[in-house]
Amino acid sequence: MLSASDVRFSYGPSKDTLRGVSLTCAPGDLVGLLGPNGSGKTTLLRLLAGLLRPGAGAITIDGTPVARLTRAALARRIAVVPQETHPAFDYSVLEMVLMGRYPHLGRFALEAPEDIAIARAALAATGTAELEERPFATLSGGEKQRVVIASALAQLETTDTPSPVGSAFRRTSAGLSRASSYLLLDEPTASLDLGYQLDVASAVRRLGDERGIGLLLSTHDLNLAASLCRTLVVLKAGEVIASGPTADVLTPALIRRLYGVEADIAAHSRTGRLIVVPVGRTAAP
Amino acid sequence: MTAIRRRLIVTIVAFGLPALVVIGGAPLVGSTSIDLWRALDRSVPISENVDAQIFFIARLPRTLAGALVGATLAAAGVVFQGLLRNPLATPFTLGISSGAALGAMLAITFDWTIGFGSVSAVPIASFAGSIGAVAIVYALSVARQRGLSTGVLLLAGVTLNAFFSALILFVQYFADFAETFRTLRWLMGDLDVSGFQPIVLALPLAAAAFGLFATLPRALNLLSLGPDSAGARGIDVTHAQRTAFFSASLATGAAVSVGGPIGFIGIIVPHLVRLLVGSDHRLVLPASAIFGAAFLVACDTLARTVIAPVELPVGVITALLGGPFFLWLLVRR
Repeated sequence: MLSASDVRFSYGPSKDTLRGVSLTCAPGDLVGLLGPNGSGKTTLLRLLAGLLRPGAGAITIDGTPVARLTRAALARRIAVVPQETHPAFDYSVLEMVLMGRYPHLGRFALEAPEDIAIARAALAATGTAELEERPFATLSGGEKQRVVIASALAQLETTDTPSPVGSAFRRTSAGLSRASSYLLLDEPTASLDLGYQLDVASAVRRLGDERGIGLLLSTHDLNLAASLCRTLVVLKAGEVIASGPTADVLTPALIRRLYGVEADIAAHSRTGRLIVVPVGRTAAP
Repeated sequence: MTAIRRRLIVTIVAFGLPALVVIGGAPLVGSTSIDLWRALDRSVPISENVDAQIFFIARLPRTLAGALVGATLAAAGVVFQGLLRNPLATPFTLGISSGAALGAMLAITFDWTIGFGSVSAVPIASFAGSIGAVAIVYALSVARQRGLSTGVLLLAGVTLNAFFSALILFVQYFADFAETFRTLRWLMGDLDVSGFQPIVLALPLAAAAFGLFATLPRALNLLSLGPDSAGARGIDVTHAQRTAFFSASLATGAAVSVGGPIGFIGIIVPHLVRLLVGSDHRLVLPASAIFGAAFLVACDTLARTVIAPVELPVGVITALLGGPFFLWLLVRR
């Protein structure tokens, strides 16, 4: 279980970005994080990934405070998929995915054949196996995003061979018991067209269902959240204003409060999913 | 053997063997042809052995200086490009070379010497100048936020370059003709070290920098994805950035103290290497160091021979090659 309890954070003395946020994500869960621009979604994800330290409150993974784990140990359990990834140099797709294996390797160790096997399996799991040799920069947006998800998958994959810890030239992840792992996605479909949105969404859904990875996904796309997420957490101005099962949380009243928009919410006849149709702006947001 | 290990070995051998040939052959080439066997003949005293004098006093130190400076600047270029996430960065982007130039020019203009007045203080003053520039740029880059802001680093470096250039002109105004001539020569970048002393001074600094470089390649791969992506893959971003910044600055300062600001090595070499081996820093960094050594020695051999008996400063050759290369890179992207 990945959980944040009463987390506070500010980037500077002037304004608190997060003002006491709590949420949980269990293995296999698919939690959606909603909120307008500037509500603190990205900051919360960065805190959960250990990239920032909370000013107050606690972030724990299976009860252990995240701050107590080394960065590599944390990276073996929590991976992040940003909105977009622009490497400064041209890496091949396989090289990009293998970078997910770094937290499993000692400082001077090189990837072993099993790391390459894990990377290939991750590519296959996201439907990008045939892209292996391509330069990452030449991929379409949706392909890139699926390759980055594959890299995150490779990062979370533990190998079950115990090995001596402490040598810089050997792998360091002795997977004695399979610990829970989590994938944090920050608006993963924001820059993609409809087809690629579906590709990425179905890749994400399979990870939760088939691998038991806990997924936490921030998005502006209410229909994506409605179709993908079982649970929603809604942030506004650094506070959680609603959380719970998707059908309970996603109401016209919430959308009015969040965005100042009048919207109809209905179940779609063919898929049974909720769909959100914005109708117009309310007088005052 | 895994693919990456095999590629690493193949890369080092494929770059290393030609480099050995170039560096080994360079002292034998020059405006005066020498006989290696006569040069190595210990039965003739060195004061009477012209071949030995040319080989040991002129060419060998110059070749070794070229190899040291070339390897160091090329590797520092790779590290700065990875750190700044900018393929057009060079070891001189952050103002280190202009700090070094200011130091060198103060030493030349005011004729500073060390010890008994025999040893020139120029290499040490130039190294001190580069340390000063590094300290200023670093202080600025950490002033506004926790961690290291590469954006501030870049802007502070570019501004410092301009400011130090102004100071150089200011000091220049008080120099006489001879001093101005020496300064100008120093600014061109020249490997005419005439002895082993500058190499011996720079070698421990360069060795320390390379020791730190060895810990960096994987971090540089991750940093090139962006700081958050790097941190989420388990590295301490600020620590890696700091190590990269200080080690590459140290390397640059050491190289400039030997040969002056020899331009474009730190950008030509890494880019040619990436065309050959790809972008994985575990291959690019060692290959660039090896190729940089051979490349600068080759350029210097050209500089010594192209209009012999006149010896050009090697910085002129690298700039003539580097300017068009840089523009080609810019247009190609």
